[in-house]
Order: sequence, then structure tokens, then C-alpha cells
Amino acid sequence: MTRIEADRELCVSAGMCALTAPEIFDQDDDEGRVVVLDARPSADLREGALEAARLCPAAALTVHEEP
Amino acid sequence: MTTEPLTFPLTSGGTFSPPKELMAMRGERPIARVRYPDGKLGWMVTRRATIREVLANPVFSARQELRSTPFSGAGPTPPAPPGMFIGMDPPDHTHYRRLLTGQFTVRRMRLLTERVEEIAEEHLDRMAAAGPPVDLVRAYASPIPAMVICELLGVPQDYRTRFEREAAEMSRRDATPEERQHAMVGIFSYLGELVGRKRVEPTDDLLSGLVTDDAGLTDEELTNLAFMLLGAGLDTTANSLGLGTFALLCHPEQIPVITNPETVDNAVEELLRFLPVVPGTVRTALADVEVEGVQVRAGESVMVSLPTANRDPERFTDPDALDLARPAAGHVAFGHGVHQCLGQQLARVELRVAFPALFRRFPSLRLAVPPAEVPLRDDMIMYGVHELPVAWDTES
Repeated sequence: MTRIEADRELCVSAGMCALTAPEIFDQDDDEGRVVVLDARPSADLREGALEAARLCPAAALTVHEEP
Repeated sequence: MTTEPLTFPLTSGGTFSPPKELMAMRGERPIARVRYPDGKLGWMVTRRATIREVLANPVFSARQELRSTPFSGAGPTPPAPPGMFIGMDPPDHTHYRRLLTGQFTVRRMRLLTERVEEIAEEHLDRMAAAGPPVDLVRAYASPIPAMVICELLGVPQDYRTRFEREAAEMSRRDATPEERQHAMVGIFSYLGELVGRKRVEPTDDLLSGLVTDDAGLTDEELTNLAFMLLGAGLDTTANSLGLGTFALLCHPEQIPVITNPETVDNAVEELLRFLPVVPGTVRTALADVEVEGVQVRAGESVMVSLPTANRDPERFTDPDALDLARPAAGHVAFGHGVHQCLGQQLARVELRVAFPALFRRFPSLRLAVPPAEVPLRDDMIMYGVHELPVAWDTES
């Protein structure tokens, strides 16, 4: 299954993840840094998670595939 | 094989196309030699993947005092003054940027939708009352983002009028460097006053939030931050609106895609992909580094061409076609890396509102001059149109 890891120190708050996969990502109100809403998204959200990780300008997102 | 370095200015590839030299080199030489107007040799990068690599690598500095620029006549640049974080590297850049990022989130910007709609409708009412022809840049594309960023920052109406006059002067086509400088000094002095006013009487807006922030920003930092936000909020969206409308009027069959609420979001991404208004950005290597097999030396400036990256066939099928229905995500119109546009979610909201509102109000909108007579901003730091004369059918 898919597991999402977000590095909030690397995050630059561009919002690409919340824009691309709003079911999985949000931003905090204070500094707009990534908040993972669903760290183990269902299979139908997997492509969105991968796209968000690819588009992240700070390479702050990792999508793990686990058995 | 030796090839002559590219030099500026580059050759226009046409109204809606990146420069010829850059489009020609992308496939074979994604990084190539350039000579900047200051005489220094550096590099130009045109391939999307390589551009993302450069912009994500901290060895490439954004410090403005280190870089050569493609603009002739630009003398040596002093280091960024306090607050102007666009020309800084982490950790200084991070310090300032994080004071603002919470204000520009996807969610917060979406909350502005209704207000942007009101502003757009007010300007459409005025256009309708004035009757055709009108210059769309002056009547619609420029004032909407100006009003939005002023309200967001908390610039009161009396300042706004003065500010808009100076801003128009700064982007006027035939303004001399002295006139531009004079207008800029004017804006700085208004903003300085405004910061003082917010200190005495904070209100519910971004600038007041910064004034009262625990970070304890100085007046100089606050004034510079405000100047940067105003500048970034104006010309960018204004040019995207002007140029995008021009492109849509040349491809009217695509207008229904942008007026459809189901497809407008992606249509805006495609316009951003096809017509990024920032021609490029420059980074300077802090150490020797290899890029695409070539050795970039410490001190060399590397310009990345955002328009050619957005036409890269490695990411986009049939990239030179404007197709509002294509998957357009992954463009680099807002850059990449830690400097990626802070206001991009605001720009998205503005464009998602302003394009459909315009074409819904005036379904018969058309150019009032032949396309070749539309004056292009090919001489400016930001691409776009100086004017866009438009007309429409009126009932009478």
C-alpha cells in the first residue's frame, strides 16, 4: 500500500500538493506548510499523490510503496 | 566543435512563441553558452528537467549581486536590501518568506474568490458603460490584480490612487530610466508612510499583520516586503490576463473551455504553460558543478528559460499548440525550488475568475485592431501586451 511522508522542514509552502491532491494534503494556517491529511491513501488516490510529489518544488514529499 | 555563445537580445519566435534560438537549442543542447550584456560568459538552460534541477540545487544562488542579467544597460546590482528576499538565499530567504507563506495558502486564496468576482464585475460594468472600443489592459487586466493586492496588503484608497499612477508610470512603454526610477522612489515613499500609519493604527490586513508580528521587522524591512508584494502582485497577473485574452481572441474556438466552470482550472494552467510572462530567471553557481555533462564554473550565471521548458515535448504532447483541454500541470510558469512563486495561488484565483467573467459578459469580444498591431512587451522584464484594444457588439 501507499504511504506518504512529508518533510515540513524542506516545505516551502508553495501549495502545489494541496492544489494537486487536496484529499491527501493541506497547508497549516500559520506558515502554510504541508499537512498530510491521509498518510495511507487508497489506491485510487495513488496517482494524485505521485503527481503531487513530482510537482513539489522543494522535493519535500516521498511516496513509499509498501507490501 | 565550437559554437558562438548566444547573445542578447534573442530573436522573437512570434507573438506566442519563445525566442527562436532557445527553441532550436533545447533538443540538442539543453545547456549552452551565452554572453550576457555585461560581457561575462554564462549559460542558458532550456530543457524542463534541467531547469528544475538547477532551480532545486542550492549550489545555484539567487543572490542578486552575484548575477549577470540578460537586460542590457543593467549595471552591477547591490545585494538585496533587508526584506527583499527574492534576491537572497536560505536562511535569509527562508526567514522572510515564512513570515508570508501562511497568508498565501491554497485555502486562504480560495476565500478571496467572491471578492475577486465582485471586483471583476465592477470593472466589466465600467467597460459596458464606456462602450467599445476599450483598451483591455487599462480597463480590466491591470486594475483587477492591483485592487486585489492592495486590499490584501491593506493599502487604503487614497494611497491606492497615488500608487496606481506611479505603477502605470513605471510600466509605461516610453518611460525613460529616470522616469521609472522617479516613480519607484515615489512608491517607496508612500509605502514608508503607510508602514508608519499601520504601526500607529493596525488594521485587519497583511501589512498590519507583519507590523505587529513577533519577528520585530524594521520599517525598512516592512517597506521592502510591501514593495515586493505589490510589484509581484501587479504586472504578473495583469500580463497573464492581457496576453491570455489576446491568445484566446486568436483561438476563439477554445473560449468555451475557459467559461465552463468544470474545465476552467485546467484551462488557466494551460494558459500559464503556453504563455508564461516571466521569460526566465538567473542563478549563479557558488561552486563548480556539472549540469547535463558540462562543467559550470563557480561564479558563472545560468539563465533558465521558463517558456521553452513549458514547450518541452518530454513533458507535453504537441507542446506548441494551445489546447485548453490538455493536462497542463507540471509547467514552470511559477518557477521551481525554494523561490517558486509565493503568490501563485492568488494568481490562479484571479485568472480563474477574470477570464470567464470577461467572456461571459462580452460573448462577442474581439480584437479592435489587427493582431500584428497589438504592441508587445518584448522589451520588458515581463512579457505581455502594452495595450489590447477590444470591441464587442452592443444592443441598440
